[in-house]
Amino acid sequence: MKVLSGVYPHGTYEGDILLDGDPVRFSSINDSEEKGVVIIHQELALVPHLSIAENMYLGNERRGRGGLIDWHRTNRDATELMHRVGLHELPVTKIGHVGVGKQQLVEIAKALSKDVRLLILDEPTAALNDNDSEHLLGLLRQLRDQGVTCIMISHKLGEIADIADRTTIIRDGRTIETLDMSEPGATQDRIIRGMVGRDMEHRYPEREPHVGEEMLRVESWRVHHPTQADRVVIEDASFSVRAGEVVGIAGLMGAGRTELMMSIFGRSYGRGISGRVLKQGQEVDVSTVSRAIGHGIAYATEDRKAYGLNLIDDVRHNTSAAGLDKLSRLGWVNGLEELKVAQDYRRDLNTRTPSVLNSVGKLSGGNQQKVVLAKWLFTDPDVLILDEPTRGIDVGAKYEISTISTGWSRPARRSSSSPPSCPSCSASATASTPWPSAGSPVSCPSPRRPRNASCHS
Amino acid sequence: MTGTLNLRELLTSNIRQSGILLALVVIVAFFSVLQPTFLTPGNLTNIVLQYSYILILAIGMIIVIIGGHIDLSVGSLVALTGATAAVVSIRQGMPWWVGVLAALAVGVLAGCWQGFWVAYIGIPAFIVTLAGMLIFRGLTFQVLDNVSRSPFGGTYYQIANGFQNGILGGYVVDVFTLVIFAIAVLGYAVNAWRQRRAAVSYEQEVGALPLFVLKIVAVGAVVMWFGYQLAQSRGLPNVLILLAVLILVYGMVTQKTVFGRNVYAIGGNLTAARLSGVKVKKVNFLIFVNMGLLSGIAGVVFSSRMNGAQPGAGNMFELDAIAACFIGGAAVTGGVGRVTGAMIGGLIMAVMSNGMQLMGAEQSTQQLVKGLVLLLAVAFDVYNKRRAGN
Repeated sequence: MKVLSGVYPHGTYEGDILLDGDPVRFSSINDSEEKGVVIIHQELALVPHLSIAENMYLGNERRGRGGLIDWHRTNRDATELMHRVGLHELPVTKIGHVGVGKQQLVEIAKALSKDVRLLILDEPTAALNDNDSEHLLGLLRQLRDQGVTCIMISHKLGEIADIADRTTIIRDGRTIETLDMSEPGATQDRIIRGMVGRDMEHRYPEREPHVGEEMLRVESWRVHHPTQADRVVIEDASFSVRAGEVVGIAGLMGAGRTELMMSIFGRSYGRGISGRVLKQGQEVDVSTVSRAIGHGIAYATEDRKAYGLNLIDDVRHNTSAAGLDKLSRLGWVNGLEELKVAQDYRRDLNTRTPSVLNSVGKLSGGNQQKVVLAKWLFTDPDVLILDEPTRGIDVGAKYEISTISTGWSRPARRSSSSPPSCPSCSASATASTPWPSAGSPVSCPSPRRPRNASCHS
Repeated sequence: MTGTLNLRELLTSNIRQSGILLALVVIVAFFSVLQPTFLTPGNLTNIVLQYSYILILAIGMIIVIIGGHIDLSVGSLVALTGATAAVVSIRQGMPWWVGVLAALAVGVLAGCWQGFWVAYIGIPAFIVTLAGMLIFRGLTFQVLDNVSRSPFGGTYYQIANGFQNGILGGYVVDVFTLVIFAIAVLGYAVNAWRQRRAAVSYEQEVGALPLFVLKIVAVGAVVMWFGYQLAQSRGLPNVLILLAVLILVYGMVTQKTVFGRNVYAIGGNLTAARLSGVKVKKVNFLIFVNMGLLSGIAGVVFSSRMNGAQPGAGNMFELDAIAACFIGGAAVTGGVGRVTGAMIGGLIMAVMSNGMQLMGAEQSTQQLVKGLVLLLAVAFDVYNKRRAGN
């Protein structure tokens, strides 16, 4: 899709793009937009401090006399387009003040302002609740009837079955097949088989839980937004995790899963945090990251590139980053021991890199994720929080990562040589893996009321 | 599995370092051909004396830059610390070492001041040190009452102008200098051999043995040649001893300590470092305290070399130090760089200035050329990175 929209310019790929039967060569987004091809990315490209109207005409400003921007025309045209997509807000409202669902509509209105003929939507409903999704799909149907061609990328099979006329299944960068959805054979199971390439049962490794005593308990956890002090992001969340257990935290994007976990892990998110964290019955202080690590809590982030790894450094240094204290005496790092640790984890986790001295930035997503896992396993945690551990990595690596995390949660298998003082457990926060009823086995109640942060505010 | 690397792999695996080293060699060769006096013992000694304080500043600056910051105030701080030493030693008539300690203390205090604003208040270092540049310059004028103070004389003067020679005798060639250089080369060789052995025992790839020996011999030959030149001139400059100790200590601090590793982590990815339990504020604070200390040392060396303190001293030193770091392979975005790289970068600047002076180039030409070299060095770096594909 990035090729199609000109993000990857002509010359970086092979093959031809035919638009209306003619080959086209886009060297930039401007080129593709001129031909009426518009892409809406999963991560919305909106500037939060600008108004709805300003965002809609960003890069495509309504000019008046002398090249100056005609604000009256901008706001009038914006209002008109907003009505077309069923968005009833003032055009001067700051985009940061409306919810994700409405932001999505703004993106579509923006596309309409460019006389779109081919609209590409990348996971448009990933962050939306059911009502907003329904509205969006309705809008797409309406656009289709008006003659706008739509390509929708989605892993939500229900939506695809609902809206698509034809479906092309892609796996590991290859086109598997294209189904005509009006045919009776085009069932959801058929699509799943194409997506997974094997039977459904083996999507996740077999796992026999050995559940022990309660390891971690979070009570009445309340977190405020980091910059908007009066906005509550997490309200009264409580859950408990027992040793050897994998607990899934389910919720939509923006529902507060990451925010909940990061606020527990050293108050890395939000402010005005209240509530109690108990480990093995004792209340523990997790107010800084190093204290949280000291209490045996580890958090492997969902965004490994931004939050998890130092991409310009090598595998060795990234592996030891969180457990450097274990490798040092009086502030001096034992470099050779560090090398050995990195090599051990590379072997144990089957990380594919020519050497642990290679930079992490050059590894594939799955192997980067293994480095993140190695980093946290090396801290020898009692509770391992995994935030979307299989996001953005290929199918084979997914299976491997799942094997590592579930295997680790078995008390018998510890990666450290010292005898475990207590059985380990892992809180796995896999929530929207790319299949319908996703999530790791949930054997304990999820947070009671994780408030939906961005959809209804 | 233990493997060995051939010459090509060794060079390309470290293209940054080998690239600038090669550039230094080319520049030295260029000037020695054009200007016969360039490689004479007297001139080599001069280069060391003239640029030592820039190199000392570059040691602190490379750590600041690796951490993702910048420090524009070091020139002013060199002036302030030198002025402090002058006021204490010359006006108050205290012993020379009290002056040195006072200068270092002022440097550390200034570092604490800037570290506080950067680390704990969260103001970008560019702003804090821009303010510091003005504040410390203003303080220098106040401390000195707008007039120069000189001379230090005595031991203080010897810090930057004195030599160690004649201790072991020798005629024309100073034996002591040669012995010290021989010990240094031997130490280097032994250390390199031990590291190699350790790397092999930990199943790491190492360079092929002949190449390893060749490298040791080449480095040893260049160092001994340099020592022989110094021994023929005035002997071992005190400043060179100081510089060698600082390079050794800070080379280890950056590569082998938790602090050093944390600096790289913060510069490479601030959020990832914080989420790995790095105490970001403390580390940032220490980075600036250290920069202050090194500015103090540079201030002592510079005022000693000038044998006095002037209100306008150290002007533009920060830019030379910063340029040395970037020529030496540091990244503007932080997380990349080495002390040795910054030293080579500093030497490139020093050799070019000195060479052009010998050739009688005007100040304006010198600045023009230095500016272009900085631009080209970083452009070369950017080009290499893009070709490597990250």
